[in-house]
Amino acid sequence: MSTAASTLGAATAPPLATPLVNRQLVKAHIIAGFTFFFISLFGGLLYALQLSRLYPFPGVELLSPGRVRMLHTNAVAYGFLLNCFMAALYWIVPRLTGERVLSRGLSWVIFGAWQAVVTAAALGILGGHAQAIEWGETPVFVDPFVVIGAALLIANVSTPILRVHRRPLYVTLWYFSAMMVWMPLTYVMGNYVPQFFVPGAGGAAVTGLYIHDLVGLTVTPLGWGMMYYFVPVILKKPVWSHTLSLIGFWGLAFFYPLNGVHHFFYSPIPMYAQYGAVMSTIAVEIVVFTVIVNFFMTLRGRGRLLRENLPVRWFYTGMVLYFVTCLQCAFQTTLTFQKIIHFSDWVVGHAHLVMFGVFGFWILGSITYLWPRLVGRAWWSERLNSWNYWLSTLGIVVMFLDLLVAGVVQGYLWQNLAPWERSLTASQPFWHLRTIAGTAIVVGQMLQAYNLWMTARSGAVESTSGAEAPVAEPAVG
Amino acid sequence: MERVTTILFAAGIFCFALAGVVTGYLPVAHLSKIRYQTLEQIATEPSPAFVDLSRRYPETFKRYYGEPTAENFRRALRLGRDTYIAEACWHCHSQFTRPVSNEDVRFGKVSWAAEYMNEMFLPHLFGTRRVGPDLIRESGRHSNDWHVAHFYDPTNVVPTSVMPRFTWFFDGEQPNEKGIAMVTYMQWLGSWATPQAVARKEAEAHGAR
Repeated sequence: MSTAASTLGAATAPPLATPLVNRQLVKAHIIAGFTFFFISLFGGLLYALQLSRLYPFPGVELLSPGRVRMLHTNAVAYGFLLNCFMAALYWIVPRLTGERVLSRGLSWVIFGAWQAVVTAAALGILGGHAQAIEWGETPVFVDPFVVIGAALLIANVSTPILRVHRRPLYVTLWYFSAMMVWMPLTYVMGNYVPQFFVPGAGGAAVTGLYIHDLVGLTVTPLGWGMMYYFVPVILKKPVWSHTLSLIGFWGLAFFYPLNGVHHFFYSPIPMYAQYGAVMSTIAVEIVVFTVIVNFFMTLRGRGRLLRENLPVRWFYTGMVLYFVTCLQCAFQTTLTFQKIIHFSDWVVGHAHLVMFGVFGFWILGSITYLWPRLVGRAWWSERLNSWNYWLSTLGIVVMFLDLLVAGVVQGYLWQNLAPWERSLTASQPFWHLRTIAGTAIVVGQMLQAYNLWMTARSGAVESTSGAEAPVAEPAVG
Repeated sequence: MERVTTILFAAGIFCFALAGVVTGYLPVAHLSKIRYQTLEQIATEPSPAFVDLSRRYPETFKRYYGEPTAENFRRALRLGRDTYIAEACWHCHSQFTRPVSNEDVRFGKVSWAAEYMNEMFLPHLFGTRRVGPDLIRESGRHSNDWHVAHFYDPTNVVPTSVMPRFTWFFDGEQPNEKGIAMVTYMQWLGSWATPQAVARKEAEAHGAR
């Protein structure tokens, strides 16, 4: 009787009783992501001040620059990027499948747990319990909770995908579903194998694999999945070539994970692994080229949106910078370049370009698109959004070029056997400029955060359900 | 190619596993032919630097370590390694020298796989950035006093240094448990590959023949 009643109830309930997308949840993830973004930004800024010899807290144990440096990368990867990617997952997956995520309650549990995990990691790092794994500094006692959180997230978000498993999936969901296999495997491998089981050079090979897979098999698929969704939706036209989409995805899946050892060239890792990493890294560049061509051909005929539509501008600027990063990578992975640029600021510039200039930009573009739809109001100030775009773009490009040149200078000074101190004094002007470029980025994000706040608090409530594009564009919507 | 099962198994599991085997398992299996040693096996007696610290800083040494025994030496090495990790020293100092860029001239012997097959390199601390110099050949390069002055405030001995101060390695002006451990660890890194150690090993090998 009760079963029949509940079935009847479900059948007659209006379809919007439980909305497909939990907007409050998407909003909460964006807010949390932005909060950790600021923690990370200030960590980075503090560390830059240390290199400029202007550190404001010398001799304070809990704010030691080394620890703050780890907080910088940890908060940006797990706090900023993953929170914002989760927002994107919760927005995109139900829309592409027409199915809800597993559970509304579970979504909120994951949200709370994830913030607790990232906060615990931050406090653990500042308290001196970090782990010696690059991108995995999360303390050993927090690692199991990261794995549990990821497993719950996957259960939650994979349910709608698995419900439509008989149908071919859209490109975005290829990337998202593969990521759901890759992310937990990568995390477990990287945080446990070199820590407890494999010492020395073998452990370094596994760490290289981890560093690379975390970027290539977690962040990159989430980023491209987002692009394959938002770009056609905003441009109101399909992606140019389905074949290139297929090549891009399968090329990434096959070649990207083979690159790991390229983080430790000329180390005691067996040379065949190093030679293999050179070749597969160059192969990835070819794959990347197909994806970039696909997206720019999609833009053809809609080019004016680069001027008129801020999300599109964020996305395509990110893609240009992605191309630059990957082109740079194809050169820097050669053993010839490695002699000079390895260990130098060149690599630091590369990492910032890909993490902020690409994935940060795509997230900022997505937020620019999503926020008015989430709060039901037009942007409080489009001018502030535009200011953030220019400050961020200018900041990251200057920082990248600055560190690129600094890296070459450092590399040659080391090779030329100049006293070590010479490489420090020669780096100082570059480090000062980097601090200034970084400050521009921080100021841009402050304007963005203020704008997010003011949009949510004030501004005219739109008459529709917030379906209008933030930048008025009649042909695009 | 567009169905979720193909993607989960072919892209998700197969591609990941293939890379895991080729670039992870193969090198690891190859290197595992080298015997793994615990710290007890490689640090059988206290280093001269550790003994020297017990004379230079008798008050704090006595308080935290007592006598300069082999066991206390190993405790200091482990704490030094853990502190090196906690303070993220490995983000600005590498621990391997390459066969290129004149690193054998600047630092010393080029790194080889066997020297890392022990407890002290689990986890490995190769590092990917050098703001400061490589440390795998640090042993004997500076005196204990230099290290103590340097940890307290690096600009004491290197005026242009950008390394942070580590004042919590000290009780007043004496190195405390962590300070002694860090100096011991620095003086241990590469102690098996100093010119003297290499000459000694060669002489032993000839004597045995």
